[in-house]
Amino acid sequence: MANKLIVSLSPHVHSNDTVQKNMYGVCIALLPALVCSFVIFGVGAITVTAVSVASCVFFEWAINKYLLKNDKPTVTDGSAILTGLLLAFNVPSNLPLWIMIVGALFAIGVVKMTFGGLGCNLFNPALAGRAFLLISFPVQMTTWPVPMQGFGTYLDAETAATPLSIMKAAVKAGDASILEQSPNAMDMLVGKTGGCLGEVSALAIIVGLIFMLAKKIITWHIPVSIIVTVFVFSGLMNLANPVYASPVVELLSGGLLLGAVFMATDYVTSPMSKKGQLIYGVAIGFLTVVIRTFGAYPEGMSFAILIMNAFTPLINNYCKPKRFGEVVK
Amino acid sequence: MKTFRIGGVHPAENKLSAAEPIKIADLPKIAVFPMGQHIGAPAKPIVKKGDKVKVGQMIAEAGGFVSAPIFSSVSGTVLKVDTVVDASGYAKPAVYITVEGDEWDEAIDRSDKLVTLKDKPELTGKEIIEKIQKAGIVGMGGACFPCHVKLMPPPGSKPEWVIINAVECEPYLTADHRLMLEKADQILVGVSLLMKAANVNKGYIGIESNKPDAIKLMQEKVSAYPNIEVVPLKVKYPQGGEKQLIDAVVGRQVPAPPALPVSVGAIIQNVGTAYAVYEAVMKNKPLFERVVTVTGKSLKQPSNFLTRMGTPMSQLIDACGGLPEDTGKVIGGGPMMGKALMNIEVPICKGSSGVLIMNDKEARRGEPQPCIRCAKCVGACPMGLEPYLLATCSGKGMWEKVEAEDITSCIECGSCQFTCPSNRPMLDLIRLGKSTVMGIIRARNAKK
Repeated sequence: MANKLIVSLSPHVHSNDTVQKNMYGVCIALLPALVCSFVIFGVGAITVTAVSVASCVFFEWAINKYLLKNDKPTVTDGSAILTGLLLAFNVPSNLPLWIMIVGALFAIGVVKMTFGGLGCNLFNPALAGRAFLLISFPVQMTTWPVPMQGFGTYLDAETAATPLSIMKAAVKAGDASILEQSPNAMDMLVGKTGGCLGEVSALAIIVGLIFMLAKKIITWHIPVSIIVTVFVFSGLMNLANPVYASPVVELLSGGLLLGAVFMATDYVTSPMSKKGQLIYGVAIGFLTVVIRTFGAYPEGMSFAILIMNAFTPLINNYCKPKRFGEVVK
Repeated sequence: MKTFRIGGVHPAENKLSAAEPIKIADLPKIAVFPMGQHIGAPAKPIVKKGDKVKVGQMIAEAGGFVSAPIFSSVSGTVLKVDTVVDASGYAKPAVYITVEGDEWDEAIDRSDKLVTLKDKPELTGKEIIEKIQKAGIVGMGGACFPCHVKLMPPPGSKPEWVIINAVECEPYLTADHRLMLEKADQILVGVSLLMKAANVNKGYIGIESNKPDAIKLMQEKVSAYPNIEVVPLKVKYPQGGEKQLIDAVVGRQVPAPPALPVSVGAIIQNVGTAYAVYEAVMKNKPLFERVVTVTGKSLKQPSNFLTRMGTPMSQLIDACGGLPEDTGKVIGGGPMMGKALMNIEVPICKGSSGVLIMNDKEARRGEPQPCIRCAKCVGACPMGLEPYLLATCSGKGMWEKVEAEDITSCIECGSCQFTCPSNRPMLDLIRLGKSTVMGIIRARNAKK
């Protein structure tokens, strides 16, 4: 027996946490939003999501096998499924499927695998994929289906106004009365409004947030700092000039909550220290409101996160956690 | 409830032997005493082959100030002065003694009578320290730092408190827990002796709240000692780390090395050490036996033993029903910081708090995956370091970078590796970086 003992360095026990548990945990947290999206937009939400997930998984598998000749396939870790879900959540539910596949190829092939796969990508693959689609296919990416039209209305050409486009119009015209066309806060909370597939129901996203916090998949720092910053900054702007939407509408509209909860908290592309995460969150909140109000696009969330992704290595370099004993009380 | 402020994890406690009273282990046939059982210079053997020794007789003298003498735990004949492979995996000089009978040194008071400071009011702090030094007492929590050195702080530092480490934050281990339940009075006398030796007026006993019976008993007994306070602590690893315990109990943080705990006014001693101090000072009994937890999920009868030093671990394992068929790893100490042993004939030493048997499945590490930068290691590190960065840079040999990132502050508690969802061998790499950087620093200082 004695010559068969395993000898290794401590620690000899492990928390049994795995990459899979974290990735699938986030996927589970996204389910309420997916269910809401199905109820609001019908079967198109499910079709687009399924195509996105399937193509992300396929591209990751194919690139690993045929381009990288990697023996260990990484598709089982769940990160490609998660990217697929998040990418789908960021597009309209009536997006032509071939565009969805192009987006998945860009997200996985260019943004993730080119940089070395899981853990190495500089930018959030789903968001970079969305930005790519928005620039390449602006018409399809901003043709919003009308909510609550029954379950079988995929590829409906009808276009709905989104709260964000109404907000933009109000700023452009300098006329606060335009804001009255915006859906009421209750409708926005449950998701009875136009917008991307996964972003419309604030309630479902908050359920996902609570699940992830309870499972200790993420900490509160990034989502809370984004939400507080947007609320305070847009609140001040609204007080200064009622042409700018109220902070509650800012928070509930567009991809703000989806971004704050699921996109900005992406492990790979967000800072490591708590201090860094707070700076990152505040900057995203600030940039989002700036782009929404003064930029060319109605939505600023995805661009704000991508910009801050680029700053993450810099933040990591300068924001160190407080060392033990640094300040002697 | 109090705890330390930065990081920490909560491994499954698995205190299987918490309800097992301390049993007296059988005498070994041959007892083996490694000379390097403590931090500092190894002890020097003063016996030779064929010498007759008694229980409690000195067989090796201290090799310097930061060192400790070693005493025979058995009576018999010196078989040889040779080497033995100890828990570190290296062969170390050692004295072998063939056991014959159980004849104790007459100077040792073997009665059960409790002797308190009231019975010996003439004892001075200096005398206590002298007795501790002569009895070979070292920190019994595992680090084995000679006890008397801590009680003689460098000039300029003024100790304010003695903090007794009764945290036992390592999963599985219950030796300190049982000792508190069975020897509470003696421990408290030991604490008051330590306080007198260090010339402080306040003593704390830090106990984690997963030992409610020990907290209750110590709180009852402590009412007779107005200067000693029992501090219940929230269960969190590594609370038994010296720096973490000071932060938890008195809320002060020891600055980075070379600062010592006494720089913020604290002297930390393990609860087992306090008991050994009582026995040495009040009963004239040098350190030659200790409580050892022998445990593991596959083990038939996890137990706590009062064990003579030099007893091979295999004998204790046999007393618990033998080594299980599915054994994968035998650990000297607890699962977070203990050492995996190459063979089970390793003798029990002053710092052996436990023997942990893990089955083959538990003993294997998971397959490492790419770092997903989840920052869980950063959140878990009790020293406020960035383990992912230290590990990666150590792996690439970036010694200047890891030195600048404070790698020498790492206490090697293993919280980072424990918490890592990607199973990355972070602490292995950090140890490599830390020891290399320490060597570079030593060389740099030698050049000056």
